Amino acid sequence: MTGVTATATAAAGTDASYLAVFDAAVAADERIEPRDWMPEEYRSTLVRQMAQHAHSEIIGMQPEANWITRAPSLRRKAILMAKVQDEAGHGLYLYSAAETLGTSRDDLLDKLHSGRQKYSSIFNYPTLTWADVGAIGWLVDGAAITNQVPLCRCSYGPYARAMVRVCKEESFHQRQGYELLLALSRGTPEQHAMAQDAVDRWWWPSLMMFGPPDDESAHSAQSMIWKIKRHSNDELRQRFVDIAVGQAESLGLTLPDPDLRWNEERGHHDFGAIDWTEFWEVLKGNGPCNEQRLTQRRRAHEEGAWVRDAAAAYATKQQGRQEQQERQERQEQQGRSSEPGQPGQQKQHGQHGQHANGEATA
Amino acid sequence: MTATVPAQAALALGDDALVLSHRLGEWAGHAPVLEEEVALANIALDLLGQARLLLSLVGDEDELAYLREERAFRNLQLVEQPNGDFAHTIARQLYFSTYQHLLYGELAAGGGEFAPVAAKAVKEVEYHRDHAEQWTLRLGDGTEESHGRMRRAGEALWRFTGEMFQPVPGLDLDWGELEARWTASVTSILGRATLTVPEGPRTGGWAAGAGRQGLHTEPFGRMLAEMQHLHRSHPGASW
Repeated sequence: MTGVTATATAAAGTDASYLAVFDAAVAADERIEPRDWMPEEYRSTLVRQMAQHAHSEIIGMQPEANWITRAPSLRRKAILMAKVQDEAGHGLYLYSAAETLGTSRDDLLDKLHSGRQKYSSIFNYPTLTWADVGAIGWLVDGAAITNQVPLCRCSYGPYARAMVRVCKEESFHQRQGYELLLALSRGTPEQHAMAQDAVDRWWWPSLMMFGPPDDESAHSAQSMIWKIKRHSNDELRQRFVDIAVGQAESLGLTLPDPDLRWNEERGHHDFGAIDWTEFWEVLKGNGPCNEQRLTQRRRAHEEGAWVRDAAAAYATKQQGRQEQQERQERQEQQGRSSEPGQPGQQKQHGQHGQHANGEATA
Repeated sequence: MTATVPAQAALALGDDALVLSHRLGEWAGHAPVLEEEVALANIALDLLGQARLLLSLVGDEDELAYLREERAFRNLQLVEQPNGDFAHTIARQLYFSTYQHLLYGELAAGGGEFAPVAAKAVKEVEYHRDHAEQWTLRLGDGTEESHGRMRRAGEALWRFTGEMFQPVPGLDLDWGELEARWTASVTSILGRATLTVPEGPRTGGWAAGAGRQGLHTEPFGRMLAEMQHLHRSHPGASW
């Protein structure tokens, strides 16, 4: 918030007056920052959304990493590795941004591993061919960008700033995915068929990434008022379809929807009905890869526990050593400036030594 | 430039980087912390970049990577070893990046055909070496369990280290000096990590130097099968 509203916040004395200041800041398109007062619901909605977003980045590494070791050219392999690395980086930004709301990465990961927090349903679909890597880049990243660009103007400052960085890299990934599909589409008949098959399988799940229809979206209305969301699910989905149709044509690929056609009157494309039963089933954990994705994530975490423990133990030892060295240096300085062998200093040294040892074995 | 570069040397250096990059790529989505997802992918990418530069000096990078059989690869047996646990990956990384750092430092300073590539790569390798050193210290001087794992990993991979100092035709270096400096560096890092230098043999037996002659260990063929299968399934296709 600006200096003026911050002063007003400090002067206010009741929740009602805090809320008025908060509402005014949101209405004026000011950014809410970590130290500002905010309604508890605003905080918990953001934690849920940012955590889910962070989780999606790290679970989303899996379907693509599935093809790193099989990428068909060194150039494509480098692009794919860089992309998966970016996703880990996005996960890191987003966990950091979520931590400004008083939660911790460890706690959020725990909630992911125990199934109490979700990740994007799209990553429960399998990558069956190399072309899926391109379809994910073009369609899945394309849908993610359509969702995320408005988040760059989200009312919560740390989230909005994370999104600016994320969106730049995502746009790059999307172009690379499109270019991968284009190479396949213009390649051999087998490559073209591979590309078409991937688009056929990823199109509808990509449309589901925008969430349930507006009349079934539980959090939408409040999120729009709070300017966490700027557009409804259906608006964003329509925007995505309108862009994708032209791109599919340039790719020389078709979209698997017989009802897809331009509607002159609306100035938009009409498109067929989404299978919401499938959507809710995947969300409930019954998609093709839900079990596999969570199991791999849990395993990586559990098998890495001894590594994290080692790093923590080493850091504690190093800190103890540094403190000991500082004490010795102080003692040497004191020894030079006063009489040697003072009992008080000896005792102090012993106590600190025990403390450091205690930490080292903890 | 292509005509003047000794092909066997370019393949040896390029294959080392290509194969280790592939192994590190297998970690994606499996690392113990997110920071290591980033770090291991980063190192893998640097190595892949080096491999592409080096292989391109002697031919088409994709033909060389995807269409050679196991017996034609010139990489060290060390870099083809499976990832194992995180300690095995770090031990392999410590041994190799210390070697690569010293080697590229020499090549960059020597002004030969590989000087430009080595000068670019040595900056990346300095970072890899530092990463491996930091983790060797954390694991060796961490918990009892991590100490044991790091010790076992260092021992298991030790027998592949002698091969690094078999002279590579076309690389004009004092290999004995390189080995001495490598041993001093690794000994110092292991010592600071409260570990001792493994006692097993590093040379002798048919394995020493074999990777450079195209004699590899069993896991390598399976690694290549996975790496090459898609490219080989579509002969002549562009990607």
